[in-house]
Amino acid sequence: MEDVILMENVWKAYPNGVMALNGIDLSVKQGEFVYIVGPSGAGKSTFIKMIFRELKPTRGKIFINNKNIANLRERQVPYFRRKIGVVFQDFRLLPKLTVYENVAFALEVIEEHPRQIKRRVMEVLDLVGLKHKMRSFPDQLSGGEQQRVSIARSICNRPPVLIADEPTGNLDPETSWQIMDVFKRINEQGTTIVMATHNRDIVNKIRHRVLALEGGMIVRDQQEGDYGYED
Amino acid sequence: MCATSRKVTTAMKIRTLKRHINESFKSLGRNGWMTFASVSAVTVSLVLVGLFLMVMFNLNKIAGDIESDVEVRVYLDQSITQAQQDALQQDLKQIKNVQSVRFQSKKEGLNSLMESLGNDKKSFADLQKENPLPNAFILKTKKPEQTIAVAREVKNLPNVTDVRYGKGTVEKLFHFIRIARNVGVVLIIGLLFTSVFLIANTIKLTIVARRREIEIMKLVGATNAFVRWPYFIEGLVMGILGSVIPVILVMVVYRFAYYSLGGNLQQMFIKLIPYHIMTTNLSLLLVGIGALIGVWGSLSSVRKFLKV
Repeated sequence: MEDVILMENVWKAYPNGVMALNGIDLSVKQGEFVYIVGPSGAGKSTFIKMIFRELKPTRGKIFINNKNIANLRERQVPYFRRKIGVVFQDFRLLPKLTVYENVAFALEVIEEHPRQIKRRVMEVLDLVGLKHKMRSFPDQLSGGEQQRVSIARSICNRPPVLIADEPTGNLDPETSWQIMDVFKRINEQGTTIVMATHNRDIVNKIRHRVLALEGGMIVRDQQEGDYGYED
Repeated sequence: MCATSRKVTTAMKIRTLKRHINESFKSLGRNGWMTFASVSAVTVSLVLVGLFLMVMFNLNKIAGDIESDVEVRVYLDQSITQAQQDALQQDLKQIKNVQSVRFQSKKEGLNSLMESLGNDKKSFADLQKENPLPNAFILKTKKPEQTIAVAREVKNLPNVTDVRYGKGTVEKLFHFIRIARNVGVVLIIGLLFTSVFLIANTIKLTIVARRREIEIMKLVGATNAFVRWPYFIEGLVMGILGSVIPVILVMVVYRFAYYSLGGNLQQMFIKLIPYHIMTTNLSLLLVGIGALIGVWGSLSSVRKFLKV
């Protein structure tokens, strides 16, 4: 199996001197599902931001699909981002657009063909189970539904990698399970998923590889791992 | 994969352009009052720029007309011999920056004087019998501003009784134009910057309102150019809208100036720039400046928001 994500000795120092990551080495294969766990301030967010190039490492190499994004030029970043899906805790939907428009927006701004857009949007809305709500606005949806829209948006460009930063952080337990169900379906289609989370139940029940971060270092890398520490 | 290739994005598709235009007009409408304020600022600036340029262009032309008429008259000693006169002519030709040397006999001199004073020839009839004017050489310099230096040099040559050039008038006119130009330029630059600032501010407001949108666009892989386009168009539209009233005003004012005032000036041998040449050029210039202000203002405020 090929490495979809490969990190070699990645360091990140913030301008204020804080060392967020201290020499990360990591390989994630295609189709893997990886949880990133760890206490607040462990470097989870920095780690996530590195993968979709919101941050540049201070030192080290990050290969996504065999391309080193550490030295990616600024103007190439948008083309790189099209191959990464990102989901956030706060959904980041546009309130004035309908569900359909929110998803289509992601394809419009990369100038996809309108006919393709329509087909693909319906496809992903179907996948997340929200086809019937395509004309609703975000504020007419529950949190879980909003997150599903945001997931639909993140995968509409068929990215090989999906990054999720606390996707269930704002959701109640039951809704969180629904979200995990959507992730499972996406993962089964071959998409690599990296998910930072604080949700102990999910990590312990739906077993996947667990990477525990602490002090900017990987302190545990365990297949079928558990949450493993007290909050 | 349906990832768009690079080539496709550089040559923008028509539907993308439509989207950008759509977006920008939506936003212009949404921020109606700010749009109005910015457009007004551009209008005020361009009205002043237009009127100023209208005057300056004409002053420059008039100055140019007068300049090209500027010549140095070298009056000769009445007792000069033909040989001395020839020698002097050679000397004059040698002087730096002298373009041409023409001999004007006393008779020619009198004729041209009479002509320039109009029909009143009778009063000069007596003079013709006993012409008081000396023979003269008429020099033209390569550039008008060289007349003073040339005149000074000529004065020291032998057999020259007097040297004349449009002393006071030329200098005063140049001086006036220079001051007017400097004051105007400073004033206009100030005004233009104010307009740029106002437009930048308006666009900034619309950007803040759409910050989320930009963030998401960047997240899903929209290029900076794509994000920038609507704001670019917005600025352009505001700048061009702002130039509409100034253009109309310039046309109206210059029509009045040219056809009413121009006639009077003509009697003073002053010719204004023709109406159509003036209004066409000035209108294009104003629209151009408006567009430039708008685009500059908008792009300067987008830049900060693109770093997501």
